[in-house]
Amino acid sequence: MTDSNSDNIDTDADHQLRVSKIQDGTVIDHVTGGQALTVLTILGIDGSGGEAVSIGMNVPSDRMGEKDIVKVEGRELSQEEVDVLSLVAPDATINIVREYDVIEKHRVERPTEVVGVFSCPNANCITTEREPVESRFSVLDDGVRCAYCGTLVREEFAAHIGGK
Amino acid sequence: MRHDHVLTAKQFSREAIEAVLDRAAEFADGTREPRHADALLGLLFFEPSTRTKMSFETAAKRLGGDTIDMGAVDSSSVTKGESLADTVRVIEGYADALVLRHPKQGSAKMASEFVSIPVINAGDGAGHHPTQTLLDLYTIQENAGLDDLSIGVMGDLKYGRTVHSLAHALTNFDTTQHFISPESLALPPEVRYDLDEAGTPVEEHTELEFVLPDLDVLYVTRIQRERFPDENEYRAVASEYGIDLGTLAEAKSDLSIMHPLPRVDEIDPAIDETPHATYFEQAHNGVPVRMALLDMLL
Ligand SMILES: [Zn+2]
Repeated sequence: MTDSNSDNIDTDADHQLRVSKIQDGTVIDHVTGGQALTVLTILGIDGSGGEAVSIGMNVPSDRMGEKDIVKVEGRELSQEEVDVLSLVAPDATINIVREYDVIEKHRVERPTEVVGVFSCPNANCITTEREPVESRFSVLDDGVRCAYCGTLVREEFAAHIGGK
Repeated sequence: MRHDHVLTAKQFSREAIEAVLDRAAEFADGTREPRHADALLGLLFFEPSTRTKMSFETAAKRLGGDTIDMGAVDSSSVTKGESLADTVRVIEGYADALVLRHPKQGSAKMASEFVSIPVINAGDGAGHHPTQTLLDLYTIQENAGLDDLSIGVMGDLKYGRTVHSLAHALTNFDTTQHFISPESLALPPEVRYDLDEAGTPVEEHTELEFVLPDLDVLYVTRIQRERFPDENEYRAVASEYGIDLGTLAEAKSDLSIMHPLPRVDEIDPAIDETPHATYFEQAHNGVPVRMALLDMLL
């Protein structure tokens, strides 16, 4: 049984202490190397909530070459919250931890729609105005698309994260 | 068909289009009597548009209904900073349907999420203009037929919402679409993506010359001065993508020339007197087509 909450991270022939164990919370493992901060941004975690967050970046991984790991103490992320991560980290695995044990483990699933996460890059889109509407993007095979103006965003999602 | 809202031409199926065009033909030739719909149409035009607005007014009144008009934007509460979402929720209490023109893309879709009466998109920035598309389709059907059609669309393909809506709608038919423009005004990737998804034959060109002899319809659009950094560049492009009698020497004898109007210099007035000119007929078709649409919605 692999256990991303252990210090011997996963099966990745990695026996060094990388990121400390957490007591209760969520471990997001197998994040595409370099995407950990984007993951936190998408989840709206910037430290201001007071939760303990630890990050391992570019950790050697047998399967992925290099991967990132994000551990969030005291917060159990829902499937809906983490599914949007599939856009930047399609191989991510989610481990829900209680009392130092992984009690649930699942993969991120590509959502059909992402609401309120990305802001539309089209300055003429109604969602960028002072209107009571959240951004809404449908998820395509190779990107996302604004449900209001139709603008396609194919890469660099991180640049469009935030607010409306 | 019964759509709650008319937001983009993408929502139109072939059956829905044919139902509107059939009913429009009945209104046009007098075989269908207006049923005196006792309906009030709310006109919300956040951008000036005499033509489209008058066409809707005419259609509503010929159906036996009436219109209420928000008036010019600078005389309305919009200048006081009211959101569009609030505006449409207020007008919802007055009217049976809303016709909305707004400079922002997606505005009609957003408006439709705040009201329970039909919203008709009469142009949302560079987005869509689905009722223009219906009258364009009606005009094409009358003059060339919608299947086995080769159509060229020329001019500002990037910002031209009539172009985008027509392109989407034509994917329902057996049509080859040619797009002719300077590279800086080529079809947006979003529209090209949809056309490719639909599997419709598409060719993009920078010159009209080689494709003209194949065309049954040439749909010309205006290239706007403000799209270009300087006057000279604009003039050069505008003259290259304009047509006159000389241009048409290689065209089919029954080529239909369309234009959403207003035109500036892109179609020489000498063409008006030829059988190719279809643009005034096209503008007139807006009334029976909008009558048909309103008749189905209200
Ligand atoms: Zn948008």
